This record gives sequence, structure tokens and C-alpha cells, in this order.
Amino acid sequence: MSKLYSGAEIVFKCLEDQKVDHVFGYPGGAVLPIYDELKNHSSLKHILVRHEQGAGHAAEGYARSTGKPGVVFVTSGPGATNVVTALTDAFMDSVPLVCISGQVPTHLIGTDAFQECDTTGITRPCTKHNWLVKNIKDLSKTIHKAFEVATTGRPGPVLVDIPKDVQFQKTTYKKYNKQKKLNGNSKNLFSQKDINELIQLMSQSSKPIFYTGGGVVNSGPKASELIRELVSLTGFPITSTLQGLGAFPGNDNQFLGMLGMHGSYEANNAMHDCDLMINIGARFDDRITGKIDEFSPKSKKVHIDIDPSSINKNVKVDLPIVGDVAQVISSTIKTIKKVKPGFAKSNKQKISKWWEKIQKWRSIKSFDFINSTETIKPQYAVQRLYELTKNKDTYITTEVGQHQMWAAQHYKFDKPNRWMTSGGLGTMGYGLPAAVGVQVAHPSKLVIDIAGEASVLMTMQEMSTAVQYSLPIKIFILNNEYMGMVRQWQELLHEKNYSESYTAALPDFVKLAEAYGCVGIRAKTPDELDDKIIEMINTDRPVIFDCMVDKEENCFPMIPSGKPHNQMLLGPKDQKETKITKKGKTLV
Amino acid sequence: MAKAKSAYSIPGKQGKFDTHIIVVWVDNEPGVLARVAGLFSSRGYSIESLAVAEVDPKLNISRITIVTTGTPQVIEQIKLQLKKLVPVHKVADFKREDKKVIFKEMALFKVVGNSSKKDKALKACKKYNAVILDKTNKSYVIQITALRREIDVMSKNLKKFGLVSVSRTGAVAMTRGSEIFK
Repeated sequence: MSKLYSGAEIVFKCLEDQKVDHVFGYPGGAVLPIYDELKNHSSLKHILVRHEQGAGHAAEGYARSTGKPGVVFVTSGPGATNVVTALTDAFMDSVPLVCISGQVPTHLIGTDAFQECDTTGITRPCTKHNWLVKNIKDLSKTIHKAFEVATTGRPGPVLVDIPKDVQFQKTTYKKYNKQKKLNGNSKNLFSQKDINELIQLMSQSSKPIFYTGGGVVNSGPKASELIRELVSLTGFPITSTLQGLGAFPGNDNQFLGMLGMHGSYEANNAMHDCDLMINIGARFDDRITGKIDEFSPKSKKVHIDIDPSSINKNVKVDLPIVGDVAQVISSTIKTIKKVKPGFAKSNKQKISKWWEKIQKWRSIKSFDFINSTETIKPQYAVQRLYELTKNKDTYITTEVGQHQMWAAQHYKFDKPNRWMTSGGLGTMGYGLPAAVGVQVAHPSKLVIDIAGEASVLMTMQEMSTAVQYSLPIKIFILNNEYMGMVRQWQELLHEKNYSESYTAALPDFVKLAEAYGCVGIRAKTPDELDDKIIEMINTDRPVIFDCMVDKEENCFPMIPSGKPHNQMLLGPKDQKETKITKKGKTLV
Repeated sequence: MAKAKSAYSIPGKQGKFDTHIIVVWVDNEPGVLARVAGLFSSRGYSIESLAVAEVDPKLNISRITIVTTGTPQVIEQIKLQLKKLVPVHKVADFKREDKKVIFKEMALFKVVGNSSKKDKALKACKKYNAVILDKTNKSYVIQITALRREIDVMSKNLKKFGLVSVSRTGAVAMTRGSEIFK
């Protein structure tokens, strides 16, 4: 007879078969058998967080910086409810997570037992799928299925809820044979005909643009290489969503910068005026499209996505191509080379006028700001941070708000998986625990959370995790004492009624750093900024960097709500010079 | 609202609404109905009626028939979103006007009154395959199978013949002819 294993042992057997080496979690009554088993599995390192939300975000950071699924352990009841924000965040941003939650014993389910909650009910709308395992015989099958669901197609979070008695019960374990399946291979529904049609559209277009998103990063590093090849092969301009940054080099001349609400003037105008839009792994989010009825009115639209339900959801497209980004682009490149070997040359002439127009928009320099010698401008801080870290292979996470947009605008990424930010859900407090997860995956790399002081306080407790595991994460706080983005909207749209957006009684971040056992650094003036940033980079311990910035700086350019792409608000520098923006301002 | 004073966009134009019957084959496992119904409620799709029962006990397959309304774009989304659910095997979609498909709902009517009233009620039901399931001196329980709007009419018309209680199912659907939906 083959050996019998307890449910807890099976959990670890499955994780080992799935080649998991790190788990983020927090113990509690209903997962104790699993935690008891941890000591027998030295290949698996458990990172103890300080709050389950932190475990979820850390696993997200881990997953997004490695391309592997992040694994989370939580207990029943509050453990499970605390991780819901992170699961929803992962769901919105297509991050593969496998969350294993403890549940009260099966005979107590439904009795309002201590620390009981309907975990599968609560997490149903924020996971790709979830399971309550009531029978030990289903456990290994379910966990392996969970990994498959999380990592194939459009990736996302899953949850396996395991009652405590099932963790004790015993059964045999069948070795898992991983099917040789590429990411989402089964979902490649496109044909050569689609590719031919795409190339036909590309050769007819005189005002084309690539609009790329997180799907390129999710498709793997190969997809980013292929995108670079395709863009240089075609000579087309390319813009990227917030999530897609890094898939294409940020300082390449063909890159127009991020698009959308706080995207560049050239990217948004090019999106509005183009005659061919090729969406690769993005989803026409409302922060991108602005007013749907006036979104890029004159263009033919192509949408390449692995998720059929993303196509035609918000914007109707002319050519849908359902498939994995890497494979679609690879077929496209092959076909171009075969059918139109001189594409780049013949095309250059055709789109030269388009590039002239783009250069005109570019000359507006919409990310510019009025610098100061007295106070640190937040944009300047991000620029300096970029300049001083660009030669290292730096990983950046962010919280949510103005600092996030400034980071996206001024930090130029040139590799995928280096940029972890909460885009879909917009979760304040994401960046610090995400940085923990990234640093766990890349212990020798420089990991910086570009943060706001309001966001970072939401998950500040995870500094303790960073200290415990000697994770030298750098928390770079752009401290303006306001919830900056809220303040900005209140200034522009609510007659400067700054309702509850000022944080009085902020902690002294330097002392707070010391209290956590890490290093606190403060910069108050532009003169000292560089030295302090260098000091931060050279510190081999976790650092909280309190960068005191201009309190009332706004994030520009900006598409006001309900406006199309070609009605952007520009920054104060341009508002003084041009009339259009004054008119734009009254439109808000 | 003239000016959208929010961080969110204003709604665009809305298309024309159609009624569709969506048929979903799912694994009959705990929570599967909640997943399907939850998808409709969380994305703001409507459910006019719902019928669900296991149709293949061996393969453990249930068939869910949902009557819904939406713009063509919404109907397309409903189908694509349903197909993403792990326990969903296949999804079929029929327009209510589709002549190739049979739709039926069942209703039970309880009529209380003297024999003249009861018989009038029964007579009115005749063309909808009326069956008397229970009768007493004072009452009938009549079963009919018909279309939704026919049952709507009947439950209104039978009031004058002593209708005291109505119980009805959601629609079920099947294609005509020898073909089956794959």
C-alpha cells in the first residue's frame, strides 16, 4: 500500500511539485496543521507578514517581478477577509496568486463558529475560481488545478479553502505530471488569416500607433523582445498603459510615453488622431479611453488579447485577435518578413508626415514642470531618483496617487517586470508590501517603493517584515502631507474645498524608521537631494526616505473627466503661454 | 447632470435592448449557481427568469436557462464572461424571436369558486395543454405550459374566475429539428 499523507502534508507536496519556493502568510487557528508541517519542508521559505493584506500584495510583487505565481497562506475568518483587497487587486491587474486559506472544521461550517466566514462566498467575485475542499481525496487535484487556473490564459488569483479537519485527514498522494502547456496555449484562437489582415491594415495605414498594455508583460520576457522587434521593423510609434511600462524601452525615440488620464500629450493626441490603433494586451480601461463616444473616432482598431471577453467590452474593434501576445507578434513578424521584406523602408515615407505631427506634439513637453531651488518638486525627486539608479537593474513599486503618476511619467523603464503598481484597483498601501515580495524574489537587487505618505501608512507595519528578513527595501516617500490626488481633484473640481485630504499629525518618518529598526533619511531641499538619495542607495538595510516635497504641486498633463484625448489640461508652465489650456480649464 | 464633477467618465450612448435566452451547461457542483447568478449581478446584467436542473447525472451536468435583456454588446459580454467560469462547459444563446427554438414555461394556477367559475377557468386554459393536477368541490389546481407572455395574460384573465395562487417556472429552451447545440 502506498504511503498515506495528511492534508497538510499534501499541501506541501503540491507546492513542491509546483516548484514553489516562497510563501507569504500569517498563521492562525484554522491553518495550524499546515504551519505545523512547515518545519519538514526546508526548500520552502515562509515569509511572515504583519497583516494578511501585506501577504497578498507581497505575493503580487513576487509574482509580477518573476512571472511565477505568488503563494499566500491565511487563516479562516479575519485572515481570509484581510486578504480580499489583495485578491481583488490581483484580479484587476491579472496577477497569478494562489491563496490557501484555513477554514473551520467541516462539521462547524455554517454554524457561525469562531473565526468562521463564508470565504468562498466572499472571494467568489474577486478570484478567477475558488474551491472549498471538503474531501481529502480532492485536495491534491484541487491545488494543482488552482495553479493551472491561476497561471493560464489571462492570469489571476485563485483561492483554495481547506477546513481544519481535512488538513488532518490522510490519503495517498499521486505525483503530479505537469502538462506541457505554454501560458494560455489552449486559448490561441487566432489564424493566419487574422495575421494577414493585420498586416494588410498596417501597410495601408499612414497614421498608425501601437498601444500596449500589461498583457505584454504577462506574456513573458519573450513578448517584450518581440514587441521591440516589431516596433523597429515597422517604424510605428508606440505608447503604453501604466501596466505595460517596461515592455518597451522608456527612452527609445519611438516611444511616446504613457497614455491616458495623466499620459503624455503626444501619446494621447496620437491615439485620438491615428487611423490604425493596434492594441496589444491592453483593455481600453476608462482611464485610457476618456469619453468613449469620442475615443479615437477615425481609426481602425485591432485588439490582440488572450481574454476573449476583453475584446469589444468597452470599445468596439474592427479586428479582434484572440491569442497569447508573444505568439501573435511572432507570427506577425514572420509573416511581414516573408510577405513584405521591405516593409520598414516602404513604410517610412508613408508615415513620415505622421511622425512630424507627433514631433510637434512632443515639443510641448507635457511632462515638464517649473522647478524650484527652494522646495523639492516631486517630479524632480523622481527624475533624480531615476538618474541615480538607472544604471542598476532597479525594481520600482508604487502606492497609488500623484506620486504613482509622477513615477510613471518620469522613471524610464527599459525592461519588463521591473514596475509593480496597482493600476486597476488603485490600492493605496500596495507598494510597501509589494516591495517586500520583490526583494524576496531578487535579494541582491535594488528595490524602491516610490510612495506617498498617506498610502504608505496604510501598510506601514510591513517594515517590520522587511527588517525581520533583512530585506533592504527603500521606501521613497514623496511627502506633501496631503492625499495629493484627492487634493488635486478638490482644487480643480470642488472649488478648493480640501475636505479631509490633509493629514495632520503625521508621524516623524525618520524616527518611525528607527523604531522599526531600519534607517531613516530626510531630504528637505533640492541641494541635498542627490547626496541623500546616494546615501539611501548605499545603505544595505531597509530605508524610509522622507522626501519633503512641494505641498501643492499638481499632476499634469491630465484629461479631465468626460473629455476626449485631444482636450488635455497641460501644466502651469503651458497654461501661462497658451490659450487652449485656459479654455480647457473652464471645461473641467 | 450637466457637468460630470467626478473622476469618472460620463455614460455613452446606449444601444437597443433585446431579449435573449442563454443556456449554460455547467458542472453540478456546490456554488455553481451562485457563480453564474453572481456574474450577472456583479456586472449589472439582468435576469428575467432562471431555470436550472441536473440533466446528466452520470457526467454531473446541469443545464441553466436564463432569460435576459441587453444590448448586443452586453449579450456578447454575458456569453464571453460565462465561458470564462471554470465549471462552465458551453454556452448557447437564442433570440426570443428565433423560430428555430422552442421556449416553454410552466405555471400552476389554483382556482377557488363554484363549478361554473372553475370550468370557465379550465376552458380558458385549454389551449395551453391544461392538466388538472388536483380537484376538490371548491378548487382546481391547473397546470399549463406556454410562453411567458401567454402565462402573463392567463394569470390576469383568470382573476375573474377565482384565481387565488400562481406558481411558475422560468423558461426552458430547446432547438427544433434533429440538431443539438454543440
